[in-house]
Amino acid sequence: MNFLPPGKYFADGNFALTEGAIHAGCRFFAGYPITPSSEVLERMSIRLPEVGGHFIEMEDEIASMAAIIGASNGGSKSMTATSGPGFSLMQENIGLGVITETPTVVLDEMRGGPSTGIPTRVGQGDVMQARWGSHGDLAPITYAPNSVQESFDLEIEAFNAAETYRQPVIVASDQVIGHLTEILEVKNMEDYHIVQRETRKIRNGNEGVYDYSRDFTPMFEAGTGFRGNVDSLTHDERGYPSNESSVEKEMLEHLLNKVRKNEDKIVKYEEFLVEDSKLVVVAYGITSRSVKQAVKEARKEGLKVGMFRPITLWPFPEKRIRQLAEQSKEFIVPEINYGQYSHSVREYSQTEIKEMHFPPGAVPDYRVILKEIERCLK
Amino acid sequence: MTEVEYHPKHDLIREERFPHVWCPGCGLGIELQCYLNALEKSGIPQNNHVLVSGIGCTARIPGYANLDTYHTTHGRGLPFATGMKIANPDLKVTVISGDGDLFNIGGNHFIHAARRNMDLLVICSNNFNYGMTGGQHGSTTPPTSKSASTPYGNIEPTFNLPYIASALGASYVARWTVMHPRQLTKSIRTAMDVKGFAFIEVLSPCPPNFGKFNGFKDGFEEMEFYRKSSVVQNDAKLEDISIDPFHGKDIVLGDFVNRKRASYITLEHELIDRIRGGGQ
Repeated sequence: MNFLPPGKYFADGNFALTEGAIHAGCRFFAGYPITPSSEVLERMSIRLPEVGGHFIEMEDEIASMAAIIGASNGGSKSMTATSGPGFSLMQENIGLGVITETPTVVLDEMRGGPSTGIPTRVGQGDVMQARWGSHGDLAPITYAPNSVQESFDLEIEAFNAAETYRQPVIVASDQVIGHLTEILEVKNMEDYHIVQRETRKIRNGNEGVYDYSRDFTPMFEAGTGFRGNVDSLTHDERGYPSNESSVEKEMLEHLLNKVRKNEDKIVKYEEFLVEDSKLVVVAYGITSRSVKQAVKEARKEGLKVGMFRPITLWPFPEKRIRQLAEQSKEFIVPEINYGQYSHSVREYSQTEIKEMHFPPGAVPDYRVILKEIERCLK
Repeated sequence: MTEVEYHPKHDLIREERFPHVWCPGCGLGIELQCYLNALEKSGIPQNNHVLVSGIGCTARIPGYANLDTYHTTHGRGLPFATGMKIANPDLKVTVISGDGDLFNIGGNHFIHAARRNMDLLVICSNNFNYGMTGGQHGSTTPPTSKSASTPYGNIEPTFNLPYIASALGASYVARWTVMHPRQLTKSIRTAMDVKGFAFIEVLSPCPPNFGKFNGFKDGFEEMEFYRKSSVVQNDAKLEDISIDPFHGKDIVLGDFVNRKRASYITLEHELIDRIRGGGQ
């Protein structure tokens, strides 16, 4: 089988993530087994040889991340899949992907932490790691699916974003979404927008590896005669290392601005009954499904509450949060952690935030969230 | 007197990047030249040669070669190169990095790349210490010798690199020094044709660090010491060739292993053909 044929499937999130990646053109996977994302690795080991792609199980997550960056520079759309502890190990080479402007996709299926934590059960403790985990300044792009359908669709979008913005893009799913079985609808291949990689082969005179006057310069792939230097050191447009602060400024501002200037195109969110709401609950991933239920119940009681769900955790949907802050006097931010994304919601909305902390290990009970909504609005 | 207009290897190097970063008396320039000489003789098109490195003084070699070059993170050159080679098996991927990069921080990657018999040529420049950070000791620092972090002498045993590579199943294993440029060039040239994992250890002086800490007055004296301590023995018993020159032990050099063993790329392509050939 090449591509998953169009139709309706009863499938889990890990299946959807894998097939979405293959639809998007992923032809190289390197990974290390880790609960709860191992099924992605296992399915890739079946599927990639079928489509003429490459699968390798590496010695650890550091190597996995390095291998997908190497493979991407070698000409393959590439990805890895992991969970918290492995995501920590990948941070070093996520930085390498950023500074070398190499497209890759990193799936991080969140579980309980810190450290080994609760490997088999849900958590949402990696959302700040996705933002700030790798040292230095980054402008990360992170998608957070909340269903099996979105796992498929956002995996394609993540590959498109990686190829467009030339950097590692993170899909922050969680243990429950990964193992949840529900309806997945796959459209005809031609109904999907797939970004094909543009490359440069022949080098004209002094043409650089990078061009900081443009947001997007096609990459070159190894072996095509470009003869460029790709460097983890701060480098100029020629790709050559430099210790100059002025070069760092030029490179860094290019790396950040190519994302920051395009935030409107990247940012995605879902809104549920926010139009007239006096209270907005901000939730992402699996938590948003409990929140939706709580909002529905509260509406039955006549309470004017809505849900705002960032689909891209990063870039942060800053503009929309600011607008919502004008109509809503308060935000509730429930998360399966002890307050992470809530910090950003507070920072950008500059309003009162009610944090709701749920310990990793279980999906938040909608009745607990409903009680909080009632307390705020009654 | 004739004016020299071009560097004799102007098409193989990035002239605009010279002078290089290395210290007087360093062996890395020789190593770069040996690699380029081997590349010229290899018959493999220049565009197919790729150089990958981790971090450190040796890891700066790729930046001077006029090829597609990749200077990655500390210790991670091998997994990066593994991904690249699998994605495009037409490439001749050489990883050139230091002993600290390949065997200390990158040790885990080395044992697995060698075990897989991954189709990579790995040239490890061994200067017995971490040069770029000021001469601290590592897993290749000879017994009792001094370094910036073993001021009272090294109490740890050292890695015997050819023995490790051979035990892991590498197709090709050799050890030379930068004072043996002809043998080293020939060895690199041979290794470029090897299917599977080829490993060459190259001993190289580090005059301002390891040399200085151990009483050598300059790079030449350090090189001379390694040369005089060396014996060539291609059929050496690899378990006996750990490096301990300060206690009168010979440094054993040679082309130790050159054997046919199924390489990763060969086996992976067989697998893909088998899966795609059957029952679509």
